[in-house]
Amino acid sequence: MNACPSRATAVRGKGFAPSLIRTRATAGRVLLQLRHDPRTIALMLVVPCLLLALLSWVYDSSPQTFDSVGASLLGIFPLITMFLVTSIATLRERSSGTLERLLSMPLGKGDLLAGYAIAFGAVAVLQAFLATGLAVFVLGLDVTGSPWLLLLVALADAFLGTALGLFVSAFAASEFQAVQFMPAVILPQTLVCGLLVPRDRMQPVLKAVSDVLPLSYAVDGMKEVLHHTGVTGAFIGDLAVIAASALLALALGAATLRRRTP
Amino acid sequence: MMNNSEEPAIRASGLVVARGGRTVLDGLGFSVPRGRITGLLGPSGCGKSTLIRSIVGTQAHVTGTLDVLGRPAGDSALRRCVGYVTQEPSVYDDLTVQQNLTYFAAVLGVPRTGVDRALTEVDLTSHAASLAGNLSGGQRSRVSLAVALLGEPELLVLDEPTVGLDPVLRRDLWNLFHRLAADRGTTLLVSSHVMDEAERCHRLLLMREGRILADDTPDGLRARTGSATVEAAFLHLVDQAKSIEGAHQ
Repeated sequence: MNACPSRATAVRGKGFAPSLIRTRATAGRVLLQLRHDPRTIALMLVVPCLLLALLSWVYDSSPQTFDSVGASLLGIFPLITMFLVTSIATLRERSSGTLERLLSMPLGKGDLLAGYAIAFGAVAVLQAFLATGLAVFVLGLDVTGSPWLLLLVALADAFLGTALGLFVSAFAASEFQAVQFMPAVILPQTLVCGLLVPRDRMQPVLKAVSDVLPLSYAVDGMKEVLHHTGVTGAFIGDLAVIAASALLALALGAATLRRRTP
Repeated sequence: MMNNSEEPAIRASGLVVARGGRTVLDGLGFSVPRGRITGLLGPSGCGKSTLIRSIVGTQAHVTGTLDVLGRPAGDSALRRCVGYVTQEPSVYDDLTVQQNLTYFAAVLGVPRTGVDRALTEVDLTSHAASLAGNLSGGQRSRVSLAVALLGEPELLVLDEPTVGLDPVLRRDLWNLFHRLAADRGTTLLVSSHVMDEAERCHRLLLMREGRILADDTPDGLRARTGSATVEAAFLHLVDQAKSIEGAHQ
C-alpha cells in the first residue's frame, strides 16, 4: 500500500527549500528548450556583436566616443537580451499550464527561479564573452581597466535583466504585452542612464530619477573600468547596487509565482 | 496508510469557491471512495474544473472543508501523491516526449525506469523522440497524462482527459484507468461532459451550476430515475431541479 502522506513528510516540500537536483534539472530543461531553437541562440549571441560593430563604424571618426558609448552598451545589451528572453519564456511557462503543473509538484519556487537564472546566465556569459572580446580585441575599444571587469558588469546586468524579465512577465497577459514591456521598462532607463548625456550634467529631477534606476549603475560601472586601472570603490558600489536590484526583482518575481490562482 | 484505507480519498463539506465575485461552487458536500473511478460529470461551465483545481490545490479562495488523502487540499505533503492532468496538455512543446518526461521525473524524484513505464502506459514509446509540439492533439494529451503517471500517484485527477480523442484511444485510456484502479489501487477522479463515459465509472458525481445534483453509482442513478442511460438520468435530474427552482420563483 502506497502510504503517501507519511512518505511525503520525510521529504520537506517547503516553498523556497532549494534542491540541487531540481534546480539543475530545471536549468538543463531550459537549456534544452533553447537548443531546440537555434535561431534564438544565434540572435542572442550575434546581434549584440553586430550592433557593436555597427557602432564602431558609426563613430569611425571619433574613437573616444566609441570607447564611452561602446563600454556602456556592453552593459546594456545583455540586460535587454535577458529581459526579453526571460519575460517571454516565463510568460510561456505561465500560459502553457506547465507552471501550474510544476507548482502542484514538489518543486520549490527557488528551484524554478534559480534554474532559469542559471540557464540564461550561462547564455549571458557566452554573450558577454563574445561582445566584450569583439569590442576590446577587434573593434579596438580602449579601456584603462581590465576587460574582465567589463565582463563582470555585463554579467551582473544580464542577471538583472533576467530578474526584471521574470518580474514583469507576471503583468503581461500575452507575448505582445511582454514585448511591449521592453520599451516601457528598459528604454526610459537607457535614456537617463548616462549613455546619451552624462548623468551629472542632467536636469536635477532627471538626475534624481536616474539615481534610483539600476541601469545607471551599470553604465557608471562600465565607465569606472573605462577610466581607472584596478577595482575602485565606486566600481564595487555600482556592482553591489546592480546585484541588490536584481535580487529585489527576483524576490518580487518569486512573489508573483503563486501555487493558488483565482 | 493502512489504518485510514476506509477513509474516502476526498471528502468535502460546505465547499465554496468564489471567482471574480461569482460563487462558482456553492456549498458542495461529497466524498470520493479510494481505489475506484469516480466520474465528475456535468455541462461545460458547471464548475467541474474549479472543483478539480480546488482538489489539487491550485485554486485560490476556497472555503469550507476539503480533505484529500486525509490532509487539507493543497497541503505540501500531497504534492507527490496527487497526479493532475489539466484540460489543455501542460507539456513543453519545444522538448521531445522523452525530455518532457525526464524533466518532470527529476522534479518528482522518480527514477529513469519510471519514464519508460509511463511511456508504455500511454502507448507513446514509439514517439519518445518526437517534439511534443509536432504531435497530434490526442498524443499531446497522452504526454500530459504520462507526466501525471510518473510518480505513481495515489490519487489521479483528470480534467476532461478524453476530449478530442478517437474512439479507439478513448477505449484504451479507459482500460488504462481501470487497470490503475484495479492493479495499483489508484483513486481516479475523471471529469467529462460526455455522458456515455459515465457508464465506465464506478461512481458518479453529477454537477450542475456549482452544485452536486447526484452522488451515486451508474446503476443506482438509472434505477432511481427509471432511466435507461446515465444521460437520460442526468436530464431527468436537471429537469427536476429546474422545476423546483421554477416553483420557488
